[in-house]
Amino acid sequence: MSKYLNFIAEKNQLRYLTITVFFLIFSFFWIYPLLWVLSASLKTDFEIWGGLGLIPDKLIWENFERAWFGANMGRYFFNTLIITVVSVVIVVITTGMFGYVIGRYAFPGKKILIGILIATIFIPQGYTIIPVFDLLTDLKVSKNLIGLTIATAGHTPVIYILLFAGYFSRIPVELEEAAKMDGAGFIRTFIMIMLPLTKPVVATVSILQVLHAWNDFLLPVVITLGNPDIRTLSVGVYAFKGEYFVDWSGMAAASVITILPIIVLFLFMQKYFVEGVQGAVKG
Amino acid sequence: MNKKSLSQQIYEARWCYLFVLPCSILTGMFVLYPIGMSWYFSLLDWSGFTKDAKFIGLQNYAEAINDPFFWNAFSRSFIFMFGTVPVKIILGFIIAVFLNNQVLKLSPFFRTIIFMPVVTAIAIIGIVMTFIFSPFNGPANKFLMATNLTSGPIDFLGNPDTVLPTVMGVYVWKWLGITMMYWLAALQTVPQDVYDAAKIDGAQGYRLWIHIILPIVLPFAIVIILVEAVSALNVFPLIETMTAGGPFFSSEVMEVYIFRTAFVTDAGTMPRLGYACAAGVFWGVAVLFITALQGFWMRRTRRI
Repeated sequence: MSKYLNFIAEKNQLRYLTITVFFLIFSFFWIYPLLWVLSASLKTDFEIWGGLGLIPDKLIWENFERAWFGANMGRYFFNTLIITVVSVVIVVITTGMFGYVIGRYAFPGKKILIGILIATIFIPQGYTIIPVFDLLTDLKVSKNLIGLTIATAGHTPVIYILLFAGYFSRIPVELEEAAKMDGAGFIRTFIMIMLPLTKPVVATVSILQVLHAWNDFLLPVVITLGNPDIRTLSVGVYAFKGEYFVDWSGMAAASVITILPIIVLFLFMQKYFVEGVQGAVKG
Repeated sequence: MNKKSLSQQIYEARWCYLFVLPCSILTGMFVLYPIGMSWYFSLLDWSGFTKDAKFIGLQNYAEAINDPFFWNAFSRSFIFMFGTVPVKIILGFIIAVFLNNQVLKLSPFFRTIIFMPVVTAIAIIGIVMTFIFSPFNGPANKFLMATNLTSGPIDFLGNPDTVLPTVMGVYVWKWLGITMMYWLAALQTVPQDVYDAAKIDGAQGYRLWIHIILPIVLPFAIVIILVEAVSALNVFPLIETMTAGGPFFSSEVMEVYIFRTAFVTDAGTMPRLGYACAAGVFWGVAVLFITALQGFWMRRTRRI
């Protein structure tokens, strides 16, 4: 399936070796900041600023204890987890349903709907955040996780819908007709027959939404301004920086708590991350 | 074929409408409604936290247009875009060309490493980078001094001259993995026989690239530039956590300006939601104008 231009010939050992070594060195420098924060989270403050070395003299696990309990990262971790999981469920169901009918059916008003969707791609977040904050206040959900969760799910990138629509449109019609013959209604056909066929898209959309919800900053920082209890991890580390400015190792530990789960997820599900990202230019 | 009446068509598609409803409600609430409201808020003299909003027409817009901080932030956003997008496009392309080699055994490993900053939380990147670029024994300065590239520490984020290039560099580092993946997707569309035929014909080296491969990946290049340009205008989290727009507003891009006027009160001033909305609307229209231009350009190129 894949196409390659192999201008690095296996026979040309020197060229092959040069390129490999170059990329090895490049990769080390590239990843150094992330390795640095990981090592800093296990060092003493004194050691952090002592040298460029990455191996701590002694592993100081207390840094994590201080961040998790003292700086409340434990609570923020679960806030972020709840927001992420619930928003993934909402997003997969709503964009899946939307993509299904857009991809398979013709109905009056469909073109207008698609037109509105495409238009929303070009609106920068910077100027819609204020009314979102206001809307959640009016709905009386700005002080709990419900508001933050639905707002996170509401900022759905159009790409999810397009991914679903594209996939659904390629499923053969015969399947649907067979279901109809068996007496399955619209909803049953969707849930029992169509949705199980789109597992790769569900996986891709879920991964992209996890990435978006877990790492989001503007929305949670605005919503949680007057409400520290519902902070997410990103906002928590940001506030940590303001409040305990001298606790470097604690802050590094808080940072690791925030980024490690996603990095691990990425390493295991790389294929879906890549497919999701590339969907933006392939479509 | 006799055509059904509109009401009949709508009735037959009732399930379709039911299915688009949940997503439409969410998009309506959190995307469309906020756009409409921000236009209305922009006409008010309003702190956002009290009930005493006063209708003042276009005064907020007039004030924004006359505020030098507004125009500085406005142009800085575009400096940021023009400074980062070409670097990402070119660097991403070069890396993708190398890592698209099947023979390079470690290629998947390199891709993983280069992509890794993309998945890390942007706010954390911003905060960690304030450590990395610290003038007091920060690793970046330590490295530069250990290799004798500089004699004394550079205050990367504290000096108005170096702060913006530093943030731009971090931005490129953070998101280059995405550009690389875009380019890899583009290179994968070049048919294998094109590569093979080119080799047999002896079209080696640069000629192969200019005459055969570049024309194939050009339509992708335009989409990539469009996507990259819009995302380079949305850099709030990185700048807010790295510099908060400082020092002396020298890294304040448009989104940070809007955020500051809307929410930040530490200068003793009241937050001004109405004014911030006006700045935001102005900004949104400017961005829309640019994307529309690009869209037009894209269509023209595709026709050729």
